[in-house]
Amino acid sequence: MAETKAGSLKQAQTGAAVAGPANAVETRGLTRRFGTLVAVDHLDIAFPHGSIFGLLGPNGAGKSTLIKMLTTLLAPSEGTAFVAGYDIVREPRQVRRKIGYVSQMLSADGDLTGYENLLISAKLYGISRAERKVRIERALEFMKLAHVKDKFVKHYSGGMIRRLEIAQSMLHHPAVLFLDEPTVGLDPFAKRAVWQDIRELRREYGTTILMTTHDMLEADELCETIAFMHQGTLAAIGSPAQLKAPLGPDATLNDTFIHYTGAGISEGGDLKDVARTRIISQRLG
Amino acid sequence: MSHAHVSFPSVSDEATAVRDFARQTMAVAEADIRKLIHDPVELGTRMIQPMLWLLIFGEVFTRARVVPTGGIRYLDFMTPGILAQSVLFGAIFYGISLIWERDLGIVHKFLVSPAARSALVLGRTISSAARSLCQMVFVYLLAVLLGVKLRWGPLEIAGVVCAVVLGSAVFSTFSLIAACIVKSRERFMGIGQVLTMPLFFASNAIYPISLMPVWLQGVSRVNPLTYQVDALRHLMIVGGGTTLGMGLDFGIMILALALMVGIATRLYPTIIS
Repeated sequence: MAETKAGSLKQAQTGAAVAGPANAVETRGLTRRFGTLVAVDHLDIAFPHGSIFGLLGPNGAGKSTLIKMLTTLLAPSEGTAFVAGYDIVREPRQVRRKIGYVSQMLSADGDLTGYENLLISAKLYGISRAERKVRIERALEFMKLAHVKDKFVKHYSGGMIRRLEIAQSMLHHPAVLFLDEPTVGLDPFAKRAVWQDIRELRREYGTTILMTTHDMLEADELCETIAFMHQGTLAAIGSPAQLKAPLGPDATLNDTFIHYTGAGISEGGDLKDVARTRIISQRLG
Repeated sequence: MSHAHVSFPSVSDEATAVRDFARQTMAVAEADIRKLIHDPVELGTRMIQPMLWLLIFGEVFTRARVVPTGGIRYLDFMTPGILAQSVLFGAIFYGISLIWERDLGIVHKFLVSPAARSALVLGRTISSAARSLCQMVFVYLLAVLLGVKLRWGPLEIAGVVCAVVLGSAVFSTFSLIAACIVKSRERFMGIGQVLTMPLFFASNAIYPISLMPVWLQGVSRVNPLTYQVDALRHLMIVGGGTTLGMGLDFGIMILALALMVGIATRLYPTIIS
């Protein structure tokens, strides 16, 4: 029963998306195995340009594995994907020029200042000296970090670190920005600030944003399209309203997730996932 | 298909590629060197070991006169060996920073950037070399204080700089390879301890190879440290001499570095898996 609903909805969505000539992200039979475990299972999914997409699912659903493949950090076992028009298997370096990525962990260097972190990123992306200065200043303004740019990042608050990391990943104006659990470990106030920044980035640069989360509220408030992932496959895709439609107006996304997958969002994961999430929360303070 | 991106490489494309490669390599090195400038305590701690070796071991063995040194004072004989040792000990644990940064998530940031994998490796090699030059300055200071007869010709000094940089590059890249293989800090510390002793003692750092049993001489011949020390002894010390020849010394070091960088470039992306 849930199967058919999920199936038809998925069909409608991906069908429409594939018809467009240039999707920001498009996977084709994308698969990743770890030994006997299939983390991502023949995934066909397409995200058109310019919106904010949420990948939702419990720990172990394959979200992070998918992001790692799309950002060329992990090679697929089978299939491929196109990101900003480039093949992740055959053209990984071109893909890397076109994307930004903020990992779940802390990618900003605590032993450097905010300014230095941005400077190193700008150089890594080959931004010229003259352009560097302008873009770094702009990024600091945009993320409201100008007043702390010469402080060591280890003295930043969790929300400030996340905003710095997003600024770093946006310096080269990527076509697609991947955010892996961007607000994990942040307090509600810092979360909202990060959401606001993500929205503004999209408005300002037209960046396609693909983020993973298992925060229902975050998906509901921020994402225009949500893809439910369950055991390495796509269970359903649509706007929060579309997905909730079969359950009535008062349904939460959690109910909706259960409706499409038969499993709760907070199930799954193992000791390692829990430990890692706690460590990140602790570091973000 | 809209995904086919045909490009025609031109001369200016190549120039851009070279410039980007240099910029990215230096960006990786710069990140590390800036951290070192912010907190130079680590450099200070690296000064202690060569000081102890020269002041204690060196003074005792200079009096004992048990090691044939080819006519020079034992302290003079061992000074290049101790310089090489301090560079080796600094470089061989360098890989742990990669594991540490992997655990934090910093390595991921470098890996999703368009920088070539070889630029990521070379950048780290350069920052390790920068540290080793600080150690070189310190060992020279100590040597002057201890009355070691040093060669001060600009060519000799330049040669010493090259040998120190190459040695540091070889062993720090070797360390990156080890880090990519063992992947955890605990295992890495174990490996580091196991590696340093044979590398140091199966070399000509504190006694000539001729003193060794034949099998150990064989081992010392495949040890890059031997070639580094041989070059340093000739270039640093008045009457130090070379038993292997500068051509072979530098040839082997360059070859070892090329091999190490090649392997490390292959393995680097696996550090996150």
